[in-house]
Amino acid sequence: MRFISVIAIKEIRTYFASPMAYVVSAAFLAITGFFFVASVSDSFAEASIRGYLAGAVFFMIFMSPALTMRLIAEEQKLGTLELLLTSPLREFEIVIGKFLAAFVTTLIMIGLSLYFVLVLFVYGDPDIGPLLSGLLGLSMYAAATLAVGLFASSLSSNQIVGLVVGSGILTALTIIDFVSERLSGVASEVLDAFQLGASFSVFDLDSFGVAEGGHFADFARGIISLTDIAYYSSITAVFLLLTVLVLEARRWR
Amino acid sequence: MIKIEHMSKSYGPYPAVIDISFEVLKGEIVGFLGPNGAGKTTTMRVVTGFTPPTEGDVTVGGYDVVSHSLDVRRHIGYLPETVPLYLDMTVTDYLTYMGEIRGMNSSWVKERLPKVIEMVRLGEYQNTLVGRLSKGYRQRVGISQAILHEPDVLVMDEPTIGIDPIQVVETRELISNLGEEHTMLLSSHILPEVSAICKRVLVINDGRIVADDKPDDLSEKLQHAERIEMSVRGAEASEVINAMRDISAVVDARSDKRAAVMQRAEREDFSPFIVDARPNVQASESIAKTIIENGWGLSNLTPLPMTLEEIFLELTTEENLGE
Repeated sequence: MRFISVIAIKEIRTYFASPMAYVVSAAFLAITGFFFVASVSDSFAEASIRGYLAGAVFFMIFMSPALTMRLIAEEQKLGTLELLLTSPLREFEIVIGKFLAAFVTTLIMIGLSLYFVLVLFVYGDPDIGPLLSGLLGLSMYAAATLAVGLFASSLSSNQIVGLVVGSGILTALTIIDFVSERLSGVASEVLDAFQLGASFSVFDLDSFGVAEGGHFADFARGIISLTDIAYYSSITAVFLLLTVLVLEARRWR
Repeated sequence: MIKIEHMSKSYGPYPAVIDISFEVLKGEIVGFLGPNGAGKTTTMRVVTGFTPPTEGDVTVGGYDVVSHSLDVRRHIGYLPETVPLYLDMTVTDYLTYMGEIRGMNSSWVKERLPKVIEMVRLGEYQNTLVGRLSKGYRQRVGISQAILHEPDVLVMDEPTIGIDPIQVVETRELISNLGEEHTMLLSSHILPEVSAICKRVLVINDGRIVADDKPDDLSEKLQHAERIEMSVRGAEASEVINAMRDISAVVDARSDKRAAVMQRAEREDFSPFIVDARPNVQASESIAKTIIENGWGLSNLTPLPMTLEEIFLELTTEENLGE
């Protein structure tokens, strides 16, 4: 545990010592702010954060891999991975430490955007249930996307490869419902079950960029379902495990 | 401290190290000598637990590098060939972090760090970003991270590569001093460095250990080619060389092109030659006889002790010379 926190703290400090955290936060606030305003500025609009959530889940497809692309790729490029792997650390401690750093940074970013909630309370009467479930869902969604991004970062020493592969996997999981629509029966259901939650119809103000029937839709509505929690937890766990395996495999090359 | 038995390591179908065995005793400084691509780095990576051997047993301090990798890594300080540094951290932050991931607690780091910084003379740069340091200073930071956690065994891969000559001298001194309290395995492709620092030299080539000796004894024991310097007049250079090559004890002969020798010899119309002969066959006698029989003039005939550099070249480039 001590090693995990040592690595996490070092990575968080690196995030905030470089422009990375600030640039990404600014972009995150701007984009989610745009969606938030668009969703609440109609007359009779619902006082909810659904617009904000839509922007957030959409943007994280690209933002999460951007945050994580450095984490392992750079260690390989600088050669410092050799130091980490010859220190008395286990691979999973390295992976969990780095994942936690990215996750905490993302939570800080989400925290910064919570003034939207304040605005809702000042000018309206929002329903507190969907608000809390939405934020819980967003945190779980963030964890899953960061795990995918971290895995992509472990694949090569090139950060851009990490970004493209990470966003690629996330995009594939997002547009999987286009494919399932054209199939029928079990195949369609299986593919649907993997839908990540966001939707590329993000500018459609009816769906608000959250895929109907996807794993995020219930969270946005105020329903916390075990299936959705299990889905995001599994994606997170599987990709972190894959990252550990990639690092372990590196030794055998 | 380090024991390698019949270790082989292949990368896919390519063998990097083939069936090597050696032992480094506690307190020994062993130099690992070989050209680029000989297998030095691979061997060191196996010893440090970075990569497992394909075959054979490797133990460090009694711990197996595969089954007790974490124990091995706790006892080793490692300086890889490309000094791995986080360029955006200060020297102090970097070393503190390295200490912590080596399992040091913060009070130990606080107590030990100033001593190490003093030892490698990094004092005035301790709050500088690592990325702003010159190569020589980065090397010192690299050495610092290797010794910070007071490891029993130090493994250094080419510690003086790519730094300027003055800093090379300082770095060597530093390493020599470290050798007084550590067991050390140090690789290099620079011979004087190894003979200056190490008490024992392992020569590796093409993944095999071709020599294992004290630097002084290496030249004596490995005289599979005795080298003789001589000056001859009254014949064409090619005639002399051919005549030499006909002698059964001689391996090779060539004109000696070193300028100083040429000048000295030419004043008296002597041409200088270098003759490589088989060991222990009294080649000088047959060489002298051949020259006299041909009616040429002979001014000197001197067996030369081989420098480590030449032995290294012989060992690694002309392995089959003696056979």
